[in-house]
Amino acid sequence: MTTETKVAYPPDAEIMAISASFGNDHHRMLDILLAVQEARRCISPSTMDTIAAAVGVTRIAVEGVASFYSFLSLAPKGRVTIRLCDDIVDRFSGLDAVVAAFEAELGIKMGETSADHGFSLDFTPCIGLCDQAPAAMINDVVATRLTAERATAIARALKRGLSAAEALVADHDVLSPYQRVRALVENNIRRPGEVLLGPVPEDAGLHAAAAMAPSAIIDAVEASGLRGCGGAGFTTGRKWRFAANAPSDRRFVICNADEGEPGTFKDRVVLTERADLVFEGMTIAARAVGAREGILYLRGEYVYLHEHLQAGLAARRARGGLGADFDIRIQMGAGAYICGEEGALISSCEGLPGEPKTRPPFPVTRGYLGHPTVVNNVETFAHVARILDRGAAWFNAIGTDKSHGTKLFSVSGDCTRPGVYELPYGLTLRELLSLAGAEDAAAVQVGGPSGTMVGRDSLDRRLTFDDLATGGAVIVFSARRNILEIVDYYMSFFVHESCGYCTPCRVGNVFLKKAIEKFRKGQANDDDIAYLKDLSATIIETSRCGLGMTSPKPVLSSLKNFPLVYSALTKPSKDGIKATFDIQSAISGARDIAKRRSYIFDKDFSK
Amino acid sequence: MNGPFQFRIDGVEVAATPGQTIMEAADAAGIYIPRLCDVEGLRHQGGCRVCTVKVGGKAAGRSVSACTQPAEPGLEVENDTEARNRVRRDLVEMLFHEGNHLCPICEKSGNCELQAMACRLDMTAATRFPYLEPCRDLDASHPDIALDTNRCISCGRCIRASQDVDAKGVFGYVGRGIHRRVAVNGADLAHTDAALADHAMSVCPVGCIIRKGEGFATPIGARHFDHGLIGHEIEGRAGEDLARKDGRK
Ligand SMILES: Cc1cc2nc3c(=O)[nH]c(=O)nc-3n(C[C@H](O)[C@H](O)[C@H](O)COP(=O)(O)O)c2cc1C
Ligand code: SF4
Ligand code: SF4
Ligand code: SF4
Ligand code: FES
Repeated sequence: MTTETKVAYPPDAEIMAISASFGNDHHRMLDILLAVQEARRCISPSTMDTIAAAVGVTRIAVEGVASFYSFLSLAPKGRVTIRLCDDIVDRFSGLDAVVAAFEAELGIKMGETSADHGFSLDFTPCIGLCDQAPAAMINDVVATRLTAERATAIARALKRGLSAAEALVADHDVLSPYQRVRALVENNIRRPGEVLLGPVPEDAGLHAAAAMAPSAIIDAVEASGLRGCGGAGFTTGRKWRFAANAPSDRRFVICNADEGEPGTFKDRVVLTERADLVFEGMTIAARAVGAREGILYLRGEYVYLHEHLQAGLAARRARGGLGADFDIRIQMGAGAYICGEEGALISSCEGLPGEPKTRPPFPVTRGYLGHPTVVNNVETFAHVARILDRGAAWFNAIGTDKSHGTKLFSVSGDCTRPGVYELPYGLTLRELLSLAGAEDAAAVQVGGPSGTMVGRDSLDRRLTFDDLATGGAVIVFSARRNILEIVDYYMSFFVHESCGYCTPCRVGNVFLKKAIEKFRKGQANDDDIAYLKDLSATIIETSRCGLGMTSPKPVLSSLKNFPLVYSALTKPSKDGIKATFDIQSAISGARDIAKRRSYIFDKDFSK
Repeated sequence: MNGPFQFRIDGVEVAATPGQTIMEAADAAGIYIPRLCDVEGLRHQGGCRVCTVKVGGKAAGRSVSACTQPAEPGLEVENDTEARNRVRRDLVEMLFHEGNHLCPICEKSGNCELQAMACRLDMTAATRFPYLEPCRDLDASHPDIALDTNRCISCGRCIRASQDVDAKGVFGYVGRGIHRRVAVNGADLAHTDAALADHAMSVCPVGCIIRKGEGFATPIGARHFDHGLIGHEIEGRAGEDLARKDGRK
């Protein structure tokens, strides 16, 4: 940590103005805090007092929000904050050298802020750029395909006083928002399919929907067989029907663009190339369920897409596609994977810490601000627009019996063609891997950390809802990779991202991670395998939301599919003494107090 | 669902009214479902998960928290079985290991719900979990109240009581994940409007919120849980159903 407050604090009038610009509405707390963070690079106790007074909540309520989100900071940050993605794919793509280059050039270590408050260096989990790793967020833009040389050059440009955008994009000021996005990030669309990434006509689905009764729209979506693309796979039409039938005078449609599952980046590409299709799908949903207000919840890591999406919304408003009947606002997230869970996402939109809500009631009956709310994934909304254009039967005929349509797969890791593939449901994992140039995969993480880690014997399994289900992530690992390093990383991810609300997930995941560390250090015995399974079972059974219910999956699926990795590292304990017990560290406190060495245990006593 | 209905807990018929949770209906019927964060008179939190029960059939059973899950006609609930209690023991052990609990020197000993729950769930064997050993500052700034969050189990009772009953908001959560903890609405407790008479100061199930000027006042033998296992008051409500209680050791 660097020393306190060299940052000059402007008068509180600025904070009050920020709060007023959001109507002093405590439901907009996250927006207020993000704006304050941007203006002051920190949320200090005195600003929390000011905000609390302005919006009429307690200061501890403000602190509860400010301390929850990774991108809000109670200690002052630098003018430029560099957040290096430390996902396992980045680690396997040369992250260490990039870290060393930034640290050397900026003269600070990871986790530190420079004394002049010029720079902060942090790690952050997957930022959705695994296909061009290592990557980093630099303030509100991103840098991809980092190398030590590129990191040094960027750091030097920033030190010369360039803004992050200036340092990363030539002529950034003459480019359109879309062009700036494209200059920063590659799409890597390897396989456009007929539904989403091929050519799509403007608003054709919406025009069709406009001529239909709301219930007929829901019928069509249900008949298409469309299931949610965010991971859980709930039937979209049924979800909409619940919301439409819930009595209320106000309903909401929310697009889940939190895309936090490590290894998933397909929504990034949809938002870049098919944003209008997503807005169109949301508008159709609004018509179907009777909503007048929509929210697109954009993960903080995708802030570089914000202007581009705002421009898209503005263009739609100008065309009359959005307006008095239905409009959409963008809610920025602030670094919290749990906000992808729909209840937590709603909490976050309401200006609260991103904690899941108690279910029942479900969002379709009591969601945002207590009103019926439809939450769907980015890709799901895009599909809806196409279904209304081409018809339910067309969509239904693509894919398999129970998994209809196409799916966007985000492939990354040890393959020659990482990127996004739009393919009909039902292909085998082997087929996808051969398209991606990953024939020598030794392990594949399907569905991200909360999915399944499979080995070569599973390559003929099919990518469908009832076999290998995935929200889109397919992460490839070659035989050179250490399975337990991967599992250890994924457990650290869940520990970092647990909201802390419930005991099993908050505490149990820490224990699970420690147990994996024990294996990695060669200190585990056979009992530890049973321990891993028992602890995992308790966490899965008792957790309050999907995060905890899936967090032990990296451990369980690697135990099941790579048992030898574990058994090779266990050894019976000697004389009943736990291998983790270290006598030297156990007696060091007593040694300090007694100010002498141990006659029995100090090895160097003879000296 | 309008009128009263029946469902079953461990095979015993229980009456419920629409809107009641499984736990509320169980309490009324004199069946105890272990709990730590839930307490009568406060909003349900559903955070400790000690009340986890299985609903539905044996194989297809789904685990839910009894303190938040609405009772439904015909529901089959599995509560007091070895499998459920083993999982509960894990959760209670997690709470012990997350904080620092040295019962012999703790003012709450004998009146502590965490300790009493460990006793009820037969937490007698050595645990397999590592200790996290937090080192949080003691807040002794307030003239009447001390706060030692090293023993906090994050039940949130103090938060809900202060907000909803005292209409104050003295306590709140800060942080996320394993770093989430209870904090106060000011630099320390003395800089809040906390008062000893607040409901919030009387709901802590463990020894975090400590009244100054009194300590170890009740002799061993007369402390709350010296009189019976945690939950015995609720089980006492089922006066006629003694057979079931005697089934427990
Ligand atoms: C921990 C967690 C994280 C999630 N993250 C996302 C996410 O980033 N994007 C998403 O669309 N759904 C995510 N979900 C699923 C959502 O809760 C919800 O099911 C989904 O947004 C519904 O949309 P769909 O039916 O269109 O898939 C997540 C769920 C959990 C439990
Ligand atoms: S399972 Fe984890 S993320 Fe979900 S509510 Fe519990 S602590 Fe929060
Ligand atoms: S709070 Fe309860 S469990 Fe913890 S030390 Fe005190 S008596 Fe023991
Ligand atoms: S201080 Fe006590 S009442 Fe408050 S959350 Fe912690 S254990 Fe619960
Ligand atoms: S009593 Fe139900 S979760 Fe704590």
